[in-house]
Amino acid sequence: MIIAVVLILLTVGSVLFHLMSPWWATPIASNWGDIDLTIDITFWITGTVYVAVLFFVAYCLWRYRYDPKKQADYEPENSKLEWWLTGLTAVGVAALLIPGLFVWNQYVTVPDDAVDIEVVGQQWAWSYRTPGADGVMGTSDARLVDGDNPFGLDPDDPNGQDDILVAFDDLHLPIGQPVRVLLRSLDVLHDFYVPQFRAKMDLVPGMVTFFWFTPTAAGTYDILCAELCGEGHHIMRGLVVIEEESDYQAWLEEQSTFAEQIAEAKYDAGDSKKLVMGVDENSRPVKLNN
Amino acid sequence: MADVPHTGADFVAPAEVEDVELYHAKSWITKYVFCQDAKVIAIQYAITATAIGLVALVLSWIMRLQLGFPDTFDFIDATDYYQYITMHGMIMVIYLLTALFLGGFGNYLIPLMVGARDMVFPYANMLSYWIYLLAVLVLTSSFFVPGGATGAGWTLYPPQAILSGTPGQEWGIVLMLVSLILFIIGFTMGGLNYVVTVLQGRTRGMTLMRLPLTIWGIFVATILALLAFPALLVGAVMMLFDRLLETSFFMPSIVEFGEQLSYGGGSPILFQHLFWFFGHPEVYIVALPAFGIVSDLLSVHARKNIFGYRMMVWAIVAIGGLSFVVWAHHMYVSGMNPYFGFFFATTTLIIAIPTALKVYNWVLTLWRGNIHLTIPMLFAIGFIVTFLNGGITGLFLGNVVVDVPLSDTMFVVAHFHMVMGVAPILVVFGAIYHWYPKMTGRLLNNGMGHFHFWVTFLGAYLIYFPMHYLGFLGVPRRYFTIDDTSFIPDSAESLNAFITVAALIVGFAQIVFLFNLVWSLKKGKESGPNPWDATTLEWQTETTPPGHGNFGPNLPVVYRWAYDYSVPGAKEDFIPQNVPSGQSG
Repeated sequence: MIIAVVLILLTVGSVLFHLMSPWWATPIASNWGDIDLTIDITFWITGTVYVAVLFFVAYCLWRYRYDPKKQADYEPENSKLEWWLTGLTAVGVAALLIPGLFVWNQYVTVPDDAVDIEVVGQQWAWSYRTPGADGVMGTSDARLVDGDNPFGLDPDDPNGQDDILVAFDDLHLPIGQPVRVLLRSLDVLHDFYVPQFRAKMDLVPGMVTFFWFTPTAAGTYDILCAELCGEGHHIMRGLVVIEEESDYQAWLEEQSTFAEQIAEAKYDAGDSKKLVMGVDENSRPVKLNN
Repeated sequence: MADVPHTGADFVAPAEVEDVELYHAKSWITKYVFCQDAKVIAIQYAITATAIGLVALVLSWIMRLQLGFPDTFDFIDATDYYQYITMHGMIMVIYLLTALFLGGFGNYLIPLMVGARDMVFPYANMLSYWIYLLAVLVLTSSFFVPGGATGAGWTLYPPQAILSGTPGQEWGIVLMLVSLILFIIGFTMGGLNYVVTVLQGRTRGMTLMRLPLTIWGIFVATILALLAFPALLVGAVMMLFDRLLETSFFMPSIVEFGEQLSYGGGSPILFQHLFWFFGHPEVYIVALPAFGIVSDLLSVHARKNIFGYRMMVWAIVAIGGLSFVVWAHHMYVSGMNPYFGFFFATTTLIIAIPTALKVYNWVLTLWRGNIHLTIPMLFAIGFIVTFLNGGITGLFLGNVVVDVPLSDTMFVVAHFHMVMGVAPILVVFGAIYHWYPKMTGRLLNNGMGHFHFWVTFLGAYLIYFPMHYLGFLGVPRRYFTIDDTSFIPDSAESLNAFITVAALIVGFAQIVFLFNLVWSLKKGKESGPNPWDATTLEWQTETTPPGHGNFGPNLPVVYRWAYDYSVPGAKEDFIPQNVPSGQSG
């Protein structure tokens, strides 16, 4: 009978762990409270089933434990019971799926007032681009990347001239402004992941992917890469600063545009600013000559 | 209800096909090494899979040491870590679980349980094992080549898998892909055998709806594997071309560490589709045999027929079919067309319905049973708990938007270990305790069995249940070290250390199991032919262990389904499948 007691303790212990452990989602800092809500719904429905089934198993193990004087029932099937259980499960599944798809529809529908920012990933660092004064990003291509043009922007595209480029530094975003994050990778898969935003998406070389969110809480948050991208995967970090619009504008003022950077590169000709990543003596990835 | 399969004996077709003469081994080599007897091949598969599985176990210890006690062990650097997670994952999924369930249990049980003398193509069956062994050796050799094994993660996603930022770019990835190709070739030879033997080799009276669920599980899993592995084969061949011939099937224009590469125009996401078109059915290739076996363990040891046999069969078939239309739920945040999310979330959650039904029917098999708490029964109960847990967390990850915050976190690691690591392996253990007497004529030691069960079951639960909560917290997977972040409290480090200690204990407890396997070979209690009073044909053989050809001069004739336990009015609480109805009472 130990097993029946253990199952009860395991079930109760799991519930207590859930309620009392200090490890739970970080305080949310974006509009995706609805994602947290779908997690809660899932927890309630599946948690109830988990507890109910395990208690029933424990009951059966105790109630129908081996007794040489008894014999098991012979009941090959019970269609009515099986269809009832199937029906109830289907209802439970629908209760999970419908809110889930409803929120997913929001996730894939970018609001009209969202502004674009671009995140560029490469082994193993983050860079960013905003569209600049004209609000339009210039075209880009990995083929155009070189030491003077680390983002691979088309130098002949007028839309790109005023694009603001932020390489290997913190990203700043204004609070309350919906953003569509355009994701571009120069080398391998990466994933732009800020736990407090709940949202994430892979960066895929050769294409531009996206997701959107609205920052809702001022603060500085960690950016992690969430898609294995080589032996420096775990050091591919960054910071995103969510701040008031005025602070954001002040930060933007300090950044330089693509045109300015090209001009500077010509002025510095010979002094290569090419970004090279390497590995130090402990096999930890480092930027060699940034 | 006229065709209900459990109504005792009915019509048995007359024998039309003569018994086929088997190949008889003439020397020690052909009897024990290049052997064509499925039972020997099964044991060869099992020993090889266990050996390479132990390598994977040791790799997992090293990973856990790094995660539990970062900056403590100088001999583990990032390169090693990524190589070890990759090799651990691939070994466990392909070279241990797939090989053990299908090559091991499939080979041993299919001919015996369907009443056949052997597999229908014994020579191809033998080749299957030797090609599998070659695949394992090629895989193992990749540890010793320049640059070492690949560190691309078991999913081998390009472009990183074949670029220089990933360990093992020189040889490791090439050997991995070659090994997978060999495995698939070897598996196909075995797999065709399993399917054709179930379809063509059944003895008289063994209708499909009288097959034990073990066979249904292995049968459908093999069909899945035969249809799913080709997608991996294609992916592996194309990636090998990308790596060796600089084709660009999966490679777009790439700037690697400031340098332009010659690749261009390929699609990394195409590989992910191919990989998961194989990879999701693969989950069920491992799970369905476990479903089948656990059904039989529960039924035999609860002395009760499996509840809702026909529903169980249809659920296996439905899950197998659906498993081919859910693959992209591994790719919700991959950058594929986001509208796919609606379709794949729906199909994925629909698969929960037949799966849940199976859980209910296992539990209802215990209900009003007469439950013997034998070691196989304990492991079966452990399976129900861990599978239910892992199935439920699958409802989080399958429901597209719920997956967004959790994907690529430790929640995923906890989920898949619970559902396709712990749960099927508990069934493997239960099955070994159950069928070991048939393979050797002796029972495994009960005391060691109890120790093994309790440490393994409780330990595994303590490893993986709390790990989900690291995922809720946002701890990403595949991180050599998390270092300082603003959102992970120090207490998470203590939890990681706890998990590591639990993992080491569970790992070491397996030594007791291995010792038991060897010790009981000579010292175990003699079991007799049918120690569990089971109904299926493998327990009705003339000799134990069964000889070459499995059965005596005549093959058994089957008169009833596999679950006549505690039939009212019967003399004993079980009636073997080969007992005619007149003699049942």
